[in-house]
Amino acid sequence: MLQGQPHPGQELSTGRIDWITVALYAACVVAGWFNIFAAVYDPELQQSIFDFSINSGKQLIWIGSALVLIVLIMVVDFKFFEAFAYILYIIVLVALIGVMLLARDVNGAKAWFEIGSIRIQPSEFAKFITALTLAKYLSDTEIRFDDTKTQLICAAIITVPALLILKQNDTGSAMVFIAFILVLYREGLTPWILILGVAGAVILVLALVVPQLYLFIAIAAIAGLVFLNLRRKTLKSISWVVGVALMVAVAVFGVDFFMNKVLQAHQRNRILVLIDPTIDQKQVGWQVLQSKIAIGSGGFAGKGFLNGTQTKFDFVPEQSTDFIFCTIGEEHGWLGGVVVIVMMIGLIYRLVQLAERQRDRFSRVYGYSVACILFVHIAINLGMTIGLVPVIGIPLPFFSYGGSSLWSFTILLWIFIKLDSHRGEVLRRI
Amino acid sequence: MRDSRRFVIQAIFIVVGAVYLIRLFYLQVIDDNYKARADDNAIRRVVVHPHRGQIHDRNGKLIVINEAVYDISVIPKKASIADTLEFCRVMAVSRQYFDSVMTQAAKYSKVKPSSFLKQISVADFGRIQDRLIDYPGFFYTTRIVRHYPHPTLANALGYIAEVSPKKLMNQNYYQQGDYVGINGLESFYEKQLRGQRGVRYVMVNVNGVEKGAFRGGKFDTTAVTGESLVSSIDLDLQLFADSLMQHKIGSIVAIEPATGEILAMVSAPSYDPNLLVGRTFGKNYTTLQKDPNLPMYNRPIQAVYRPGSIFKVIQSLVGLQEGVITPESQFGCVQVPMKCHEHPHGHNDLHNAVQWSCNPYFYNVYRRIIYAQPTGNNWRDAQVGLMAWHNHVKTFGFGTKLDVDIPNGQRGYVPDTAIYNRFYGKSRWQFSNFYSVSIGEGELNVVPIQMANLAATIANKGHYYTPHLVKSVSHGQPLPQYLQRHQTSIDSSYFKYIIDGMADAVRRGTVWSKARIDNIVICGKTGTSQNKKGEKDHSVFVAFAPKDNPKIALAVYVENAGFGGFAAAPIATLVIEKYLKKKIVRRNLANFMIQRDYMPKSKAEAEKRRDDSAAAIRKPLLKIKPLQPAKPRISPAKPIIVSNKTLPKNN
Repeated sequence: MLQGQPHPGQELSTGRIDWITVALYAACVVAGWFNIFAAVYDPELQQSIFDFSINSGKQLIWIGSALVLIVLIMVVDFKFFEAFAYILYIIVLVALIGVMLLARDVNGAKAWFEIGSIRIQPSEFAKFITALTLAKYLSDTEIRFDDTKTQLICAAIITVPALLILKQNDTGSAMVFIAFILVLYREGLTPWILILGVAGAVILVLALVVPQLYLFIAIAAIAGLVFLNLRRKTLKSISWVVGVALMVAVAVFGVDFFMNKVLQAHQRNRILVLIDPTIDQKQVGWQVLQSKIAIGSGGFAGKGFLNGTQTKFDFVPEQSTDFIFCTIGEEHGWLGGVVVIVMMIGLIYRLVQLAERQRDRFSRVYGYSVACILFVHIAINLGMTIGLVPVIGIPLPFFSYGGSSLWSFTILLWIFIKLDSHRGEVLRRI
Repeated sequence: MRDSRRFVIQAIFIVVGAVYLIRLFYLQVIDDNYKARADDNAIRRVVVHPHRGQIHDRNGKLIVINEAVYDISVIPKKASIADTLEFCRVMAVSRQYFDSVMTQAAKYSKVKPSSFLKQISVADFGRIQDRLIDYPGFFYTTRIVRHYPHPTLANALGYIAEVSPKKLMNQNYYQQGDYVGINGLESFYEKQLRGQRGVRYVMVNVNGVEKGAFRGGKFDTTAVTGESLVSSIDLDLQLFADSLMQHKIGSIVAIEPATGEILAMVSAPSYDPNLLVGRTFGKNYTTLQKDPNLPMYNRPIQAVYRPGSIFKVIQSLVGLQEGVITPESQFGCVQVPMKCHEHPHGHNDLHNAVQWSCNPYFYNVYRRIIYAQPTGNNWRDAQVGLMAWHNHVKTFGFGTKLDVDIPNGQRGYVPDTAIYNRFYGKSRWQFSNFYSVSIGEGELNVVPIQMANLAATIANKGHYYTPHLVKSVSHGQPLPQYLQRHQTSIDSSYFKYIIDGMADAVRRGTVWSKARIDNIVICGKTGTSQNKKGEKDHSVFVAFAPKDNPKIALAVYVENAGFGGFAAAPIATLVIEKYLKKKIVRRNLANFMIQRDYMPKSKAEAEKRRDDSAAAIRKPLLKIKPLQPAKPRISPAKPIIVSNKTLPKNN
């Protein structure tokens, strides 16, 4: 490798671009394009994949414009992103507020600026700009992550745009900001956050599946067993056991409160339908069921390209955008699923490797942000199509149809590819 | 420590990926449930109905054809009509009809087709077709219905109708809404006519709109058109015979003796088979069923009569075969115990007796048959003689249902010892108890087709082929059972005496002189089937012609028309003339017979006649199981048993 050997004056340092990442990106985009075609193909009309009246033709335009973006990113000075991070952050916050005031209501969300026929979604840009801002903030050599102040500022950087997006009723995009918890964990955040998160999820599922009374009996029983097995029954240890048990019990009540008071009816249904797929057959239940039918009918090797019946005939909703994985599952079976999942997990795994080889904290934090944002998208999107995660409308990176999402993921990824290719030119600041 | 966190994060990625792959493996490979549900969702099995086979006459003329009718459907979402009034004019519908149908259609589905107008004839459709292109959202589909170019043979052909719920059970071919042959040839040859259904798998979208063939039609099977049948019917002869039976109730069955092929089969009165097609089926069916003249009653195979004098020829043949008479045997026409009519009886041998249908002669013949082996015990001798006679008669196809290729026939009845044992008590009867059988009355029951078959059997001098209406099923052959030769128990050498007598019966005997034709030697026998007191008897005539190498054998029944020589005989000879000469020279006779009206003169009389025949049967003379035939579908057709105490007057 070329670590530590700066090549000043070389603008497009293609020699050090990580071609594995680029290849995975290209493979995902092309595979996505074919599957978008398969999703909207109508065997009666026998359209061409280049037909601009259908999504596959339009996606070609988005792919072309994404290539332009890539070139732009590659020609811009790599220091630009660090230098302008705060300014971009302010701009995007203003845009997020502005869109709430100015935008029209589309499907219950006020998330788009409409300029002529082009629709711009500030929340898509908020993801990489927040990543840049967080990276820049943490790259300050003066900063110590252990400080509460630092942690609060980090939390603010992340939650302000997230809350603004949540206010736009775009829950899916807001949830993506959870990704930054993993990034902060890498930078020194206490692992308790992760443990609490997992514990919370377990309690949530248990509280929904098991009747409350049994749960309380179980909590009391476990607390009793732990108490009996305590080596030294000090006041401290006893109060720990009692305290944890009470917290869990409160959390169980909290689930009830959360489900019934915090969530809106349709959100509640999206969670409940995972536990009992037979409920809400007409709305959310139907979506999840149809998605599972489409994927499940693919079998081991799939029905073959363009031979699917579930997605292209509209049984699955949003078949070329959020539910694009159904087409893959139906037409290419489990093998196709393996290829896609291995490709995507491989990409983010590779991104972590790349992030770790950065010489400055800015690039590393940004790299982790990219990997984790993509991870959250992949986990939620695939999870919802196979009935493991509530239906949350976020796209599958590089695969889903749509200009905004393709652009946003391309920018997100390629800024890091650009940074990575210049990693030798920065002073070690870690 | 920070480095280990890197691996924690990478581990999370891999664990999530692995969990998803396992979940996918479960969904896609292990759980089969989703595959079936996907097919339920998107693949629709569409049955392709084959065209039903057509039916030709023996000369290739079409009797039953398939005709296209057109249904116009509309997809409300695509429909756009600039000028509704003009559209209604083109479609020949009212504005109200248009509004109500369109509202219904839109209510049913905006994107799925609804029926707009059904069963438009080819002629009407021609007018609409050119204009249809101006109205997007409207399209036509063709359907095939039965059509009968000539309004004839309705009862023999049967009809097709939706399969009944009862028939749907215990079988796996038909589905609800399928059409199936009912009665007649349509029913008997259902398997050949229906062809083979095809199946198309089409993909449908979430709204149920068809989106093309599934996998390019890889799994589709094509429908195979049903086999066409070639009927033995001679359509020209049939139509002529139909015309002769106008204003009459009765039957004509004409058979080609050499093959058993039915050349004409008239059931009068009948109906136009086109009435039982399409939209008006239900209404017409009800009307036909209510008609007291029973147009849906297939008389040639269902109407049960007593054979009357015609049976004398069988008595002659059995007598000759049993050796109890010779052609030279003479019996005086002594009017005792049976009366006779005026006829020359100076030299009353078998020939003369057949020619003039002498009642006392056949009383004696039958007596000799019954007492063929006298032992002095009349009671026992009668039992032996009756069974010997019964077995002979059965070989002519009497007393059993002739296996004709139309269902629901009656079998008639030939008395045996069992019936008299039950009637009078075992061994408590002798010849005097049933002597009226000697002249075709008493317990004898026949249906017209059995009598036509008798004529064919005599023409063949002792054998027959079961009468049938279809001479060729797909491979140029009739069904195998119709190639089977049935031999009677009578030696063929005995037939010539009867045939000579029958020839003279027509030439100069019981047959009305005007019924005779020059150039054709017809052998015939008149009969008069007794009826309820106070009503005219049924006129019956059986004949075959020409005498040498006979080409046609037939039976004619005209109900309530009196003596056989006057009504049935001229009709029979006209049919023979038509068939053998291909034209009618005796136009006047033909017109006269066509105009003769033997119909009931009022509805009340029609109902009375219908009820009288039913009442005669209901008379509880005999409640014996073998005499209770299957419940008739349309009208009573039970054997008629009269008390042999009534003295038959006969000819």
